[in-house]
Amino acid sequence: MQFSPMRVPIETFRLDNGLFVTLSEDHTAPLVAVNLWYHVGSANEREGRTGFAHLFEHMLFQGSANVGTNEHFETIQRAGGTLNGSTWLERTNYFETVPSNHLEEVLWLEADRMGWLLPGMTQQKLDLQRDVVKNERRWSVDNQPYGTWWERLPELCYPRSHPFHHSLIGSMEDLSAASLDDVATFFRTYYTPDNAVLTIAGDFEPKAARAAVERLFGRIPRGPGRPSLPDMSLSSTFGGRQRRLVEDDVALARIFLAFRSPVFGSEEYYAASICAAILGMRRGSRLYRTLVRERQVAQDVGAYTFDLAKGADILVCDATARPGKPVELLEEHLEREIDQLVDRGVTDEEVERARALLETDFVNAMQSAGERADQLSRFATYFGEPRLLNEQVDRYRAVTAAAVGDFARERLIEENRATLVYVPRAEAAGELAEEGMEALA
Amino acid sequence: MTPRAVKEPRGGAAPRPEPGPPRPYQFPRFERRTLGNGMQLAVAPVHKLPLVTAIAVVDAGATHDAPGREGTASLVAALLGEGTATMDGDTLTLELERLGASLVTGGDWDTTNAGITVTRERLEPALRLLAEAVMAPSFPAREIERLREERLAEILQLRTEPRGLANEMATRFAYAPDARYSRPLGGTRESVRALGARDIGELYAARYRPAATTLVLAGDIAVGDATELADRIFGDWSGAPPTNGAGVPDTPNSMPRAVHLVAKPDAPQSELRILHPGIPRVHADYFHVVVMNAVLGGLFSSRINLNLRERNAYTYGARSEFDWRRGAGPFVVSTAVASDVTAAAAREALREIDRIRREPIDDDELSLATNYLAGVFPIRYETTAAIASALANLVIYGLDDDYFDAYRDGIRAVTAEDVLAAAQRHLHPERLRTVVVGDPATTRSSLEALDAGEVRVYDAEGRPIER
Repeated sequence: MQFSPMRVPIETFRLDNGLFVTLSEDHTAPLVAVNLWYHVGSANEREGRTGFAHLFEHMLFQGSANVGTNEHFETIQRAGGTLNGSTWLERTNYFETVPSNHLEEVLWLEADRMGWLLPGMTQQKLDLQRDVVKNERRWSVDNQPYGTWWERLPELCYPRSHPFHHSLIGSMEDLSAASLDDVATFFRTYYTPDNAVLTIAGDFEPKAARAAVERLFGRIPRGPGRPSLPDMSLSSTFGGRQRRLVEDDVALARIFLAFRSPVFGSEEYYAASICAAILGMRRGSRLYRTLVRERQVAQDVGAYTFDLAKGADILVCDATARPGKPVELLEEHLEREIDQLVDRGVTDEEVERARALLETDFVNAMQSAGERADQLSRFATYFGEPRLLNEQVDRYRAVTAAAVGDFARERLIEENRATLVYVPRAEAAGELAEEGMEALA
Repeated sequence: MTPRAVKEPRGGAAPRPEPGPPRPYQFPRFERRTLGNGMQLAVAPVHKLPLVTAIAVVDAGATHDAPGREGTASLVAALLGEGTATMDGDTLTLELERLGASLVTGGDWDTTNAGITVTRERLEPALRLLAEAVMAPSFPAREIERLREERLAEILQLRTEPRGLANEMATRFAYAPDARYSRPLGGTRESVRALGARDIGELYAARYRPAATTLVLAGDIAVGDATELADRIFGDWSGAPPTNGAGVPDTPNSMPRAVHLVAKPDAPQSELRILHPGIPRVHADYFHVVVMNAVLGGLFSSRINLNLRERNAYTYGARSEFDWRRGAGPFVVSTAVASDVTAAAAREALREIDRIRREPIDDDELSLATNYLAGVFPIRYETTAAIASALANLVIYGLDDDYFDAYRDGIRAVTAEDVLAAAQRHLHPERLRTVVVGDPATTRSSLEALDAGEVRVYDAEGRPIER
């Protein structure tokens, strides 16, 4: 059976308790993906509890009223399935792909932790996962070169009062402060059917799936209503240069250059996304061709958007200096490329290249049931309309070189640049520079 | 499934559903052909989406590097897209990317794979560019120099990147100093500095031959069309089969068992590796070892992860694996643990290795591992790229054409006795080397009490540091 990549089949309904459900059938393989997005992320954390949304995600694998500690993981793996969860600034997702005959069992597991999590929570489990998360922080942030960029860049790009300003993984201090009371409050506030979307994609029978969803999730009561976030809107530029220099345990300098950018899904977003691809996607991009291939001042480059749907997004370029190349030189070259894009815009060929790559990636991703389900959940969560997935290719096709030029002239300008620069620690800098020169000899 | 006592659900939840009967699954049918010039072709038609993955698998891996010139095969692989007889690297890249395809080349231990994934209607022009990159690279001096410098910069970066550093130090101590597996895939600073255009040209001329190459196509294409296309594009490539072979890459290190501590002062975490050479990919005990490792450390619900993460919270994750190669790649336990529990975590991992050799696993553990491995099989092959890689593996290891059809039965046939025998035969506690990249001040004395061999301390270059 062949279905068009641009037309993923979509059926939606909503339970009385507010749970929004998307079904997307595909019988090419006997497997099915279940995907839940809760509309809560680090942006919803209160003062003094940074990292809590993510710690809470860990707790969801620790059991619930009818599921034992780690039983969720074991059940899915025993079924021959894969699973995980992830936390982002605006949402938290949980997902499984299993042989299709296990669909109802997976839905039951998800329903149990959505409806009856708290009976499974204990102080001991919280303490244990807190230590696991502290180790995750050491692993992904503290003991990795440039690892702190994840928290330093949003800190630089969003005002202190903004929900995107603070660290997603959280500080050690705030993680230590998290209590079982916090778990209960967070659960009752945000882990409710009316603050979640459920997507099922793959090999299933829609009638039976709908009946199972109604039977398993329908009895979970609606929540008290999610507290609103503060006003997240921001002006279209930073209104001046931001800059921070960080000495770190790194061998080569790296620059992150960020621009305030239109939110995910907006008309302008698609021009921004094409612009990022023109700048830094793969080896035919401008930054690779000029900084890496031609001038050899950079070891690697990239450009991407964070895809945030509220307030303001950021578009980020990064570049790592080649040994022996001063970071000032790299920065000068990087800024010059941006200036040129602002002054002269982009060509039709560049737009075509970017679009062709993005389209192949899109079709490629749509092969996987888990990926289809995740994207459908994304559009359902942010816009209440999973069918937007089927419009993505056309939205990208509508972007012209003129639109990218307009975007650049509005957003890539001097007063909308934030620079985060990592340089080797002073005590090691001399030695490494020497080594670099030697390597060049 | 383990039978479960029926009990009334708590809290008003619905009763737990039982799974229905599994639906049938078959790995995609594929066919193999030989072109007139000796080049092999493997085609798996999968008409789900209008997409095709093409991979050229060339029998030219790091094990073909000349001694002292480690990194040659990797560099040749990277250079395939960097200039050909008719266009420079920049032009080739742009031509491909305008078709929505990116050339991905990778030199591995045994072979080099050069591949693209592209929409069906753009396959022919994209495949022509892939073919040109493989059949007619020009190796421009400027690009050789640039990619060599980039590799040297990577080596420099490794000093401050504890995970990569731990992996490289680990294999260095597991294999004999002159064995290819003891040196990084991409070469050492010394070997890469010594590399030049002549090494590149020699390896290419010796190994890149039609008879040593297989083109794999998976996706929205029929076997007949694929054969005709491959013949049209690759048919004129000529050359005799290669005459040289790979050396013996997997001689174990003979030095006494030790704990190798690579100093990263003030590190908040230790990167820990415990390893010894494992077994080659083609081995009579393969399925037994795969199931054994799934119980020991291959899954989230495996013994090592449940112990180190879910019981002790030493880590965010811990795993064990056999790194499959034509030669005996390493068996390795990998984790990153808080500095103050480095020795304790190593002790628990060593205990788990002892335990799986001492007593049979229970039925629940066996069924978890076999159900997982058999059940997850269709999920692994959802994409054209995954199917193409699977076919590439058949080629690389010379597996039977029915291998993927027989896989799930092979896994399900493994017993607890097989697992015990495999653990006793293929895990060797007395040969295990422990490698730590971490802070000596907080880890050294406890590592000395570990009883896993003498503790030796090194700098980030691997140079021994005196006490």
